[in-house]
Amino acid sequence: MNRTAIDLWVGIFVTIGLAAIVFLALKVGNLTSLATVPSYRLEARFDNIGGLKLRAPVKAAGVVVGRVDGVKLDPKTYEAVVGLRIENGYQFTKDTIASVLTSGLLGEVYIGLDAGGDSVMLADGATIAKTQSAVVLEKLIGQFLFDKAGSGGGK
Amino acid sequence: MPADAIANGLRRVGAGAISAVTRLGFAARFFAVVLIHSPAALKRTQLTLREIYFSGVLSLVIIMVSGLFVGMVLGLQGYDSLNKYGAGDSLGIFVGLSLVRELGPVVAGLLFASRAGSAITAEIGLMKTTEQLAAMEMMAVDPLARIVAPRFWGGVISMPLLAALFSVMGVFGAYLVGVRLIGLDSGAFWGNMRAAIDFWPDVTNGIIKSVVFGVAVSLIAVFEGYDAKPTAEGVSTATTRTVVEASLAILALDFILTVFMFRGIGG
Repeated sequence: MNRTAIDLWVGIFVTIGLAAIVFLALKVGNLTSLATVPSYRLEARFDNIGGLKLRAPVKAAGVVVGRVDGVKLDPKTYEAVVGLRIENGYQFTKDTIASVLTSGLLGEVYIGLDAGGDSVMLADGATIAKTQSAVVLEKLIGQFLFDKAGSGGGK
Repeated sequence: MPADAIANGLRRVGAGAISAVTRLGFAARFFAVVLIHSPAALKRTQLTLREIYFSGVLSLVIIMVSGLFVGMVLGLQGYDSLNKYGAGDSLGIFVGLSLVRELGPVVAGLLFASRAGSAITAEIGLMKTTEQLAAMEMMAVDPLARIVAPRFWGGVISMPLLAALFSVMGVFGAYLVGVRLIGLDSGAFWGNMRAAIDFWPDVTNGIIKSVVFGVAVSLIAVFEGYDAKPTAEGVSTATTRTVVEASLAILALDFILTVFMFRGIGG
């Protein structure tokens, strides 16, 4: 095996190896999370966030506009304070409603934003005033059974 | 005398432990010495390129074919299990995550240890047995810079590339089975996969793992070769040890790295 042949083969090897890493980055993984898209931060307070996790998507009309970048509990009000990192290209009105939603019955939990009609936009660091908490299925079922039992006993 | 027997048994355990620790110390010092000699070796790129050819390029076939088959099997088995819960569309996530995070680096590392690590050990061990290393020293050529360091770096550079290729071939194999054979929607396969797998931390952690495995396997291979008893039997023992130790090191390191890397996820 002479020198130029080795060079050629190593060149091919390294090239397809790097191409594989690029493929993993772009096609298998989503590189967008690495790229620091200019963004701003909003906060929203919920009574219950259900199974919301860090880095969960924030969607408006089904389009991902940002990610959850912090979840903590307010020790005074016992509300969950969720930090939302929204891409700079998207502005939301002041009366936007943030809700904790689930895609499908068992799907991922995400934050849905429904923009309102206000002319004032939310600025960096603002808190979304109107929120809707996660629907906890167990509570719902419990309530349903309770109501059922209640109405059955009345008859 | 049972007391004597016990004492002898303990003595044997003690001797074993001491020699194991001594070898570990030697290996650590050897690692440091190899690193010290690396700049001199890396200056002569041709040496390292040659070793990348031998450990990387020649491992391509086994890595890519294994990756393809592992991916196809994951596709079949994963689909079978996921479909029971009506989650067949998540096949891409399942296959992608298991390959990128675990199977890519680990299986590629195990294959690399058996394919390239054993060859490196045998080569260096045989050079030692036939006194080529001693002859080099006589000619004032440092065998660490001329023989050991290029092989070490060749392995370290090849390993992440091979692991990435393994993962890509695996994903491709799962695509063949899932989309072409079973008939999943191609958009759901890729879309779900991309939505669930992040470059940071999933892909990068896989790459970090493969680099660590590359260092571990290459170091074990060159050390066992350099440390081999200069006999035919010694070389064969050293080769076996390389494969066993490298495989165990990969699995143990994988566990440790996984504990550190994925601890924070989902929190």
